[in-house]
Amino acid sequence: MAINIIVCAKQVPDPEGPPSSFEINAEERRVTARGIPPVINPFDENALEAAIRIKETSGANITLLSLGKGLSKAVILKAVAAGADASLLVDAEALDAALLDPFATARLLAAAIGKAGPFDLILCGRQAADTNAGMVGLGLAQLLGIPAITLAQKVEIADGRVVVERVLPDGYEVVEAPLPALVTVSGEVGDLRYPSLQAIKAGKALPQTVLGLADLGVEPAGLGRVETVRLTAPSRERRCTLVEGDTPEEAGRKLAQLLRQEKVI
Amino acid sequence: MADTQGIYILAEIGEAEKPTAVTLELIGLGRDLASRLGERVSTLVLGAGVREAAQELALYGPDEVLFLDDPALSRYDPELYVGALVPFLESRPPRVLLAGHTSLGQDLFPRLAFSLDCGLVTDCVALEVDGGDILLTRPIYGGNAIATQKVGTSKVMATVRARVGEAPQPSSAAAVTPLETAVPASSRLSLKEREVLQSRECPLEEAPVVVSGGRGMGGEDGFAQLTEIAGILSGAVGASRPPVDSGWAASTCQVGITGKVVAPDIYIAVAISGSTQHLSGMGESGKIVAINKDPDAYIFKVADYGVVGDWRQVLPSFSAALREIMQE
Repeated sequence: MAINIIVCAKQVPDPEGPPSSFEINAEERRVTARGIPPVINPFDENALEAAIRIKETSGANITLLSLGKGLSKAVILKAVAAGADASLLVDAEALDAALLDPFATARLLAAAIGKAGPFDLILCGRQAADTNAGMVGLGLAQLLGIPAITLAQKVEIADGRVVVERVLPDGYEVVEAPLPALVTVSGEVGDLRYPSLQAIKAGKALPQTVLGLADLGVEPAGLGRVETVRLTAPSRERRCTLVEGDTPEEAGRKLAQLLRQEKVI
Repeated sequence: MADTQGIYILAEIGEAEKPTAVTLELIGLGRDLASRLGERVSTLVLGAGVREAAQELALYGPDEVLFLDDPALSRYDPELYVGALVPFLESRPPRVLLAGHTSLGQDLFPRLAFSLDCGLVTDCVALEVDGGDILLTRPIYGGNAIATQKVGTSKVMATVRARVGEAPQPSSAAAVTPLETAVPASSRLSLKEREVLQSRECPLEEAPVVVSGGRGMGGEDGFAQLTEIAGILSGAVGASRPPVDSGWAASTCQVGITGKVVAPDIYIAVAISGSTQHLSGMGESGKIVAINKDPDAYIFKVADYGVVGDWRQVLPSFSAALREIMQE
């Protein structure tokens, strides 16, 4: 029997962009991406890929849920066309990702999920590539009162339960939960497949619901628990002592000797 | 505001029933915070057969060790941990609650934070006391920006990266007492098999030396040479993403924003160009050594020492010289 899956997808500035494209506005305590396009957070793409694989093996109806300010329809279309069945977007000025902490985001998502109809499984990326906190998925499960399993490298449905291979630092473990449940997905699942041009065309006809803040019935104000008080640029660059030799072999030897001389080893 | 008190540290037990390195580092950090805030440091340890580990923890400077020893806790089940900890933390609300930014910390702390409605900042690289506030610093945007945050609740929770704090020297033992709380009778999760793919003798995140290879390694053979160097320096082998994607290195070795975040004393990057994604995982290392044949590789901008050259020619003599030096 096909189950209903909601995949939560955040739009972020492309995390593979060069460091110079992340402009730090210390006064407003926000990062502005310059010259790089928005993408779906790569871990959320992994979550969507996991959902599509479930759809292929045991059947599923997939809704892509995205919440933010000024969402790119093109980015959503490309994701939906990869294998989702519908999309639900919540787009509002107040949903600026730079102003929402994980507590506010989880509460807003919980409200949006209330508008998405019945669900059996929620899939989220393990963390977002911009804020990197790794909290929203778990918070959402807690707010919805459903079991949560993190860091999936494989997600399957069997006998009304979700079966997850969960990544551990030294391997993995298999964890099961009854549905409805929430699973956060890790990169090990694999990249989201590319949609064909035909699928992108067909994707435009898939049902899409766009909601505003008023539809959610929740205001972001007061939901946050964490405040950014200072934002600075990292000081990554160092002065590199280049070791040279007449031959590469000599340079290798001299490098080891320099490390000893400088008491690094 | 509720009356919060004390700095609490969630301990983790690793190999041979010993507290993990990050646990001891957190006690060091906790002591530092405690002296500034005039608080006490309590260490919490949960598990099956953890009495001995609790005694060991007591030597590292907390004011007390609270342990919960229950056979049901032999493997980490987040629902049992949350069920046991929430009533305790509600009855004795801590001012600060810290865990390592480890597999367990990342899974457990968001659950606890939402259950307790307590502000949490994850992946911290610095903690400071500023008047009555505790400021928590963490990299965002893959390390392209550094945010300092504070939480608006009376309790403060944080997960802290390995190698941020300094482990205290063992001293006189603190009191060790059972944690007065009950483990829930059941969990909605069921834990099935567990597959170990890599020995935990030298966990990557705790290794003092990490020797990593990148796309330019070209295959598994190169990684054998990195393993040899890691052996000489008592370190661990890492990799950037391309070797993992190509199957030359295990996914458990991956260093970077989508892999592990490490900050060893020495990071040796071989045939790694230095993408944002990789730098986010090792940029905080003590000393960075780069070997790359491309003189314009970005890695040389963030390295302390470097050789421009093909690793095939540079590594054998580097490795031989290291062996001689380490045997001296």
